[in-house]
Amino acid sequence: MSFLASLLKMLPDAAAQGLIWGILAMGVFITYKLLDFSDLTVDGSICTGGAVAALLILNGVPVALAMVAAFCAGALAGLVTAILHTRMGIPPILSGILTQLALYSINLRIMGKSMLAVSVDKFQLLVSVRNQSASCLVALVFVAAIIGVLYWFFGTELGCAVRATGANANMSRAQGINTDTMKLVGLILSNGLVGLSGALYTQYLGSVTVNMGRGAIVIGLAAVIIGEVLLGKLFRNFALRLAGVVIGAILYYVVIALVIQLGLNTDDLKLFSAAFVALALYVPHWRMKYTGKSLQKGGKNHA
Amino acid sequence: MLDIQKINKTFNPGTINANHALKDLSLHLADGESVAVIGGNGAGKSTLLNAVAGVWSVDSGSIHLGGVDMTHLPEYKRAKYIGRVFQDPMMGTAGNMQIEENLALAARRGDPRGLRLGISKAERERFREMLRILDLGLENRLTDKAGLLSGGQRQALTLLMATLRKPQLLLLDEHTAALDPKTAAKVMEVTRTLVNQDRLTTLMITHNMRDAIEYGDRLLMMYNGHIVVDVSGEEKKNLTVPQLLNLFSQASGSDEVDDKLVLS
Ligand SMILES: Nc1ncnc2c1ncn2[C@@H]1O[C@H](COP(=O)(O)OP(=O)(O)OP(=O)(O)O)[C@@H](O)[C@H]1O
Ligand SMILES: [Mg+2]
Repeated sequence: MSFLASLLKMLPDAAAQGLIWGILAMGVFITYKLLDFSDLTVDGSICTGGAVAALLILNGVPVALAMVAAFCAGALAGLVTAILHTRMGIPPILSGILTQLALYSINLRIMGKSMLAVSVDKFQLLVSVRNQSASCLVALVFVAAIIGVLYWFFGTELGCAVRATGANANMSRAQGINTDTMKLVGLILSNGLVGLSGALYTQYLGSVTVNMGRGAIVIGLAAVIIGEVLLGKLFRNFALRLAGVVIGAILYYVVIALVIQLGLNTDDLKLFSAAFVALALYVPHWRMKYTGKSLQKGGKNHA
Repeated sequence: MLDIQKINKTFNPGTINANHALKDLSLHLADGESVAVIGGNGAGKSTLLNAVAGVWSVDSGSIHLGGVDMTHLPEYKRAKYIGRVFQDPMMGTAGNMQIEENLALAARRGDPRGLRLGISKAERERFREMLRILDLGLENRLTDKAGLLSGGQRQALTLLMATLRKPQLLLLDEHTAALDPKTAAKVMEVTRTLVNQDRLTTLMITHNMRDAIEYGDRLLMMYNGHIVVDVSGEEKKNLTVPQLLNLFSQASGSDEVDDKLVLS
């Protein structure tokens, strides 16, 4: 009983974290599912978003403006990865790794040290671990607004061209789409969202550390895959698919809360996450192999 | 219309795998001319079409289309003037996008893509009408994913996409080769309808001798990076398959005729 009670007590925190990371996960969805581009920039750009937001808030900039700046900083990181890939011909994964590595130094430069604290006592922060229910609500508003904007955007000519690029680059060029530009647009948008998510997470925790983004891509992928495996059959509409990704992120944090409650050492958390995601990634493959049924796939063509 | 001057293309230059696939090739197509291209495996047919489409740039020579110098234009810019259908039915459409979304992408070929709606109501009706004319039962499946279609349906859809915006040049690379004979015949029929409707200038590669003879005003045969036979008018109309095979073995300087050519 006490186990259940303490688990229930952890739920609001898990939900808030899940919603905030859900924004990152939607960014990962854009690159991984729509663009078919495994973008590892994320591990760096989430911290960049957090660092920029923290620095600006500490310097008296309004929180809303700091959030916009965090989005732009993340977007800039995405732009760098896009240039490395499209202009310099570096493979997607390596482009992301290079940006991510460079961002480690840049993030340290932005923060001036390895950690910045922003106290909810001194600043009007949007979310805070000290008020989890309210944070959930705020994060939910963000998530809903972002789903709305993305739903609109990916229905426009430009958004359709981005999706087409991920679905079939050959066909896209034959239809006059500049696939390099579309990758650029997708990466910018994706990492902008990741930066925004970092800004919210920094406020939620009350601090940002240079290691905040370590393994972020894994959490993002976990959310995307959980959302798809569990809800893919139900959620066909684009907005619902995005909602599924956010639900995936929440479930991820609930599972984490559960295993911590069960006594998992927090030092082993990353090992657990990696194993969990490896398993989740294995599910579609497993289904293909043993039941011959494939999931609704987004832009992947396993030959 | 299309004016190709002495183009050369070597794959993997400077290596032991170097492959001179197009050799000083020149070709002129008149406006509205439709041309069938035949030749054995590795003759350079696809390479010729890819050179025109701009998949990569040629090593030397020039390509003009409708007076515009295409030689150094990237593929996506040439797409404004060129419609294409590929051999692989998977290649011409986005399988995980809806039929109407695929068509809407094609309807904007050559236009800048902005923040207007990706597909409008009026367009939907237009697409439905066009699909009805094709008579493939697709007019009521506009929101189905293109990946659910059969190979023949996908090729017909790709054809429609290639011609939705009237292209100055239509490039067909063995677009019926992956289909069963009956479906192939149907897709050829669709091809004729669409090409005749707008009197499109067309380059069509085929392995089917009969198609090559029956289709179009002119027939080219390629061998080893060159155009070795070029017949048109009455001469082409009166060609028979045996004559064509004969021409082929003369051109390639051997009796061994490509299996695929004989079979078709
Ligand atoms: N992208 C490429 N890289 C390297 N070599 C290539 C490439 N494309 C074509 N080739 C080579 O160029 C030559 C001509 O190939 P091409 O595809 O044009 O032949 P084809 O006439 O279309 O033959 P098929 O009837 O088999 O389609 C071949 O030797 C081929 O191996
Ligand atoms: Mg070929």
